[in-house]
Amino acid sequence: MSYTIFRTFQLHPFLLYPTSILKLQNRFFHSTTIKATQSQQTQTQTKHSTSTQSKKLNNLPKDYEPIIGIETHVQLSTNTKAFCNCPYNYGSFPNTSICPVCMGLPGALPVLNSKVIEFAVKLGLALNCELAFDSKFDRKQYFYPDLPKGYQISQFDVPIASSGFLDVDIPLEYGGGHKRFGITRVHMEEDAGKLLHTENGNYSQVDLNRAGVPLLEIVSEPDMRNGIEAAEYAAELQRLVRYLGVSNGNMQEGSLRCDVNVSVRPIGQSKFGTKVEVKNLNSFASMSRAIDFEIARQVQLHSQGQADQIVQETRSWEEGSQRTITMRKKEGLADYRYFPEPDLPSVILYQEYVDGIKNSLPELPEGKRRRYEKMGLGMQDVLFLANDKNIAEFFDATLAKGADAKLVANWIMSDIAGFMKNEKLTINDIKLTPEELAELIASIKDGTISGKIGKEILFELLAEGGSVKEIIEKKDLVQITDPVEIEKMVDKAIADNPKQVEQYRGGKTKLQGFFAGQVMKASKGKANPGLLNKILLEKLNS
Amino acid sequence: MKMLSTLQTPRSTLSRFSLPSSTITTQAILTHPQPTTAPPSQILTLRHSLLTNTLSATDLIQSHLTRIRLTEPHLRSFLHLPSDQSLLDQAHDLDRRIAAGEEVGPLAGVLVAVKDNICTADMPSTGGSRILDGYRPPFDATAVKRVKELGGIVVGKTNMDEFGMGSTTEASAFQVTANPWDVSRVPGGSSGGSAAAVSARQCVVSLGSDTGGSVRQPASFCGVVGLKPTYGRVSRFGLMAYASSLDAIGCFGSSVADAGILLHAIAGHDRFDATSSKQEVPNFLSHFDSASSLESKPLKGLRIGLIRETIEDGVDAGVVSAIRDAASHFEALGCSVSEVSLPSFSLGLPAYYVLALSESSSNLSRYDGIRYGNQVYAEELNSLYGESRAKGLGSEVKMRILMGTYALSAGYYDAYYKRAQQVRTIIRNSFKEALDQYDILISPAAPSAAYKIGEKKNDPLAMYAGDIMTVNVNLAGLPALVLPCGFIENGPTGLPVGLQMIGAAFNEGELLRVGHIFEQTLENCRFVPPIVADSVE
Repeated sequence: MSYTIFRTFQLHPFLLYPTSILKLQNRFFHSTTIKATQSQQTQTQTKHSTSTQSKKLNNLPKDYEPIIGIETHVQLSTNTKAFCNCPYNYGSFPNTSICPVCMGLPGALPVLNSKVIEFAVKLGLALNCELAFDSKFDRKQYFYPDLPKGYQISQFDVPIASSGFLDVDIPLEYGGGHKRFGITRVHMEEDAGKLLHTENGNYSQVDLNRAGVPLLEIVSEPDMRNGIEAAEYAAELQRLVRYLGVSNGNMQEGSLRCDVNVSVRPIGQSKFGTKVEVKNLNSFASMSRAIDFEIARQVQLHSQGQADQIVQETRSWEEGSQRTITMRKKEGLADYRYFPEPDLPSVILYQEYVDGIKNSLPELPEGKRRRYEKMGLGMQDVLFLANDKNIAEFFDATLAKGADAKLVANWIMSDIAGFMKNEKLTINDIKLTPEELAELIASIKDGTISGKIGKEILFELLAEGGSVKEIIEKKDLVQITDPVEIEKMVDKAIADNPKQVEQYRGGKTKLQGFFAGQVMKASKGKANPGLLNKILLEKLNS
Repeated sequence: MKMLSTLQTPRSTLSRFSLPSSTITTQAILTHPQPTTAPPSQILTLRHSLLTNTLSATDLIQSHLTRIRLTEPHLRSFLHLPSDQSLLDQAHDLDRRIAAGEEVGPLAGVLVAVKDNICTADMPSTGGSRILDGYRPPFDATAVKRVKELGGIVVGKTNMDEFGMGSTTEASAFQVTANPWDVSRVPGGSSGGSAAAVSARQCVVSLGSDTGGSVRQPASFCGVVGLKPTYGRVSRFGLMAYASSLDAIGCFGSSVADAGILLHAIAGHDRFDATSSKQEVPNFLSHFDSASSLESKPLKGLRIGLIRETIEDGVDAGVVSAIRDAASHFEALGCSVSEVSLPSFSLGLPAYYVLALSESSSNLSRYDGIRYGNQVYAEELNSLYGESRAKGLGSEVKMRILMGTYALSAGYYDAYYKRAQQVRTIIRNSFKEALDQYDILISPAAPSAAYKIGEKKNDPLAMYAGDIMTVNVNLAGLPALVLPCGFIENGPTGLPVGLQMIGAAFNEGELLRVGHIFEQTLENCRFVPPIVADSVE
């Protein structure tokens, strides 16, 4: 496509890549500029608002019920785009991953990447949805420079999956509890490109690298009631797509984008209040705060008798000022003139195909949590272990080697997690393998090494790798469990410290620790503590 | 024309395209027992001449360039002609390869004109629109790619109604093409340039596109063979979409054989078009009977249905009479011909216009001046769109976009688009039923012969009504072959009338076989327009 790039380059020689010249008098552009200046002015407020987050929740008036629904766009990690062979790599130089199809050149036609269907079916099944065995694509039509064809290939009246649900465990610090949120629909569509605005605001440029990248849009039922629930729903969705391997779920890169709809109604009223859409939510934390802010804003308007000032609009979350501001008011419903996409055949699923995918689904976070719960782990452990796919895999692999669940959980939750936190590493970065962790636990359990030595070995394994056996051998760390050898060392400690023996026998029994320490020191920590104490007591008290 | 002994293709051709010598032969085509009007296959004749060294590709191009110089000023078939040198270079190369005994493709040296809405990487492709003036695609359409791979030489891009929206070429943003039979008349459209070019022997065969009759009606007006394949038979990749569910790339030739050879070259599944069919492409010509070997009743047992609704009121009497003569000719060849009624026939036109315009309003959204094509500078985004499209698109196109946008709008969708889809299903079913009873359905290709330039320009409804014969076939997705079958009176030479033969889906082979026999046995009709009659001799 170098030719096309070159051609456009000639047309606009002052630009580097295909582009358009757009004056910034459009309302979309306005908000961008406003945002820039406001975030600078109000950056200092950030800290304050963050710290009041949990308080805000409790302060919510009891007379009003917030209703929250979420639309999530998940960018699929297919090798190529939805309808052409272009790869997509986040952050590539603009317009380096484009072709006639994703540029919408005359005569170019979309051909569906079958992975998109596979991923949609996977997520549909994971979300407990009903699948449409005969669905289709539709065109959603509107003009915008980042939309090359003047329409987005999407699904309208027959989404590939619908009527599902997502189970979530609310973290203990937010009150805990199990929630089930309804899923209205999951449909396939293509992403648009991006506009890049010049600093002086004279014109904008179009980057079409992202155009045609496959998305799944997941629409929830309006089942959430506060920011935490919404954020947990989104976090669970992120876990799900990562577990399924359909997306990297990265919010910063825009691989997972959430738009939330927030409305508030007086308790007891069945009619929904006017809903406001909030965008620009770049993390779960900002999502949670944005929603709570929006609820508070709407509740305040209600309680001041100004409910009519809540209008159907899109508001943008301002991270700097920690508030939502109007982005654009909706002037009636946009008419997208949907109609069936004639360039693509219908999407027909066969039971065999669906069954194949169903059987190949990995164990999902909810399944893992319930399984870990049944093992007798506490909810805190369960959430920590199950909510990160890699940690869960590590945990399960360690269990597979026969290690005890609670012991493994303790090691992971305490020392291993601490190490990862200090070193800023993920579980994939540490050198310790599940096999060796199991070996380590077994070695302590069977008395080969002491717990104390175990800890030392653990840190070596975490940082350097290697095997438990090697380290034990190399450093001569095998626990001394021979009573005769321990007795010798006890005798020597008693003989070397007659003064302390006298004091002990005189009633200062706390000195037992002193003697134990002496023996441990002499044994280089290898003496079996139980045996040591038993023998020591016998000798001291005799 | 020279007499050629046989078509023992002297050198092996690409295996996919091998022509069994026992079936179609140039002998059969060229040496009919009596002096005949039967058109020869120019492709096979040319191939034989090139491979027997009786004609060089360079001479061929030289005479082509001379003919273009003589005819093009009167006809204006082309929007773009490649430089003489680039054609001569290709000819030299071909001569060298033949001399070296290299294998050459089955279309080697065949001069192919390409409608301007079919993308060509080395030539501009405007679709007849101002908004794409100067646009050069970075790729060849699949059909063009295949033609080139088989040795065809693209001799230019032909004029057309803007984006295929018209029936005369008068809606071209650049020029009006004249009908070679009478330069005061339209060549039909929208593929008028491609039809005129074949008719005037400005090329051997040409590619057109047919959304509602845009190959068949100009074939009829210009007295050439026009083939609209089954929907999905030929890849649409590289064809600027007008109405995606109806669009088909079609073939023009001066004989049925040539149209069939071109179709064979371009047909087949293409991974770049999800709507292209995986149906096997048979060697259409292998079923051809040579004219000399024909029995007295070569089409014995063939059931032909003449669609009654196409020869009723509103159809030119001369056209009806030519079609009735064609029906008699079929009977003489042994067919049984009876009239068949398709009650849904008249519903086709409104359903077609609703669907085609709805799809076009969407397909033409990409012409926004942002990424390619001509952009009008504006202070504000909506003005940029508005001005670029207002200046770049012609009035017919704008009218159709407006109507299509209306039909898809909230509140109107059910009444228009959805209802038209229901009608489409009815039409499809009624054709299927009729084609269960009959092997082939016949009708005129257009309700009249070519009319005067300007005659219907200000009466779009009259022009739309002219599509009545053809749109149903697109709605049903069926293949149809139009071939000249007679004349109506007009001056010394008359104007050609086209017969439309409609077959079952993916059965182009049967249409071509029957059409070939019809054409080879038709007497007293010679479909070479006066503008070139002398030089063709």
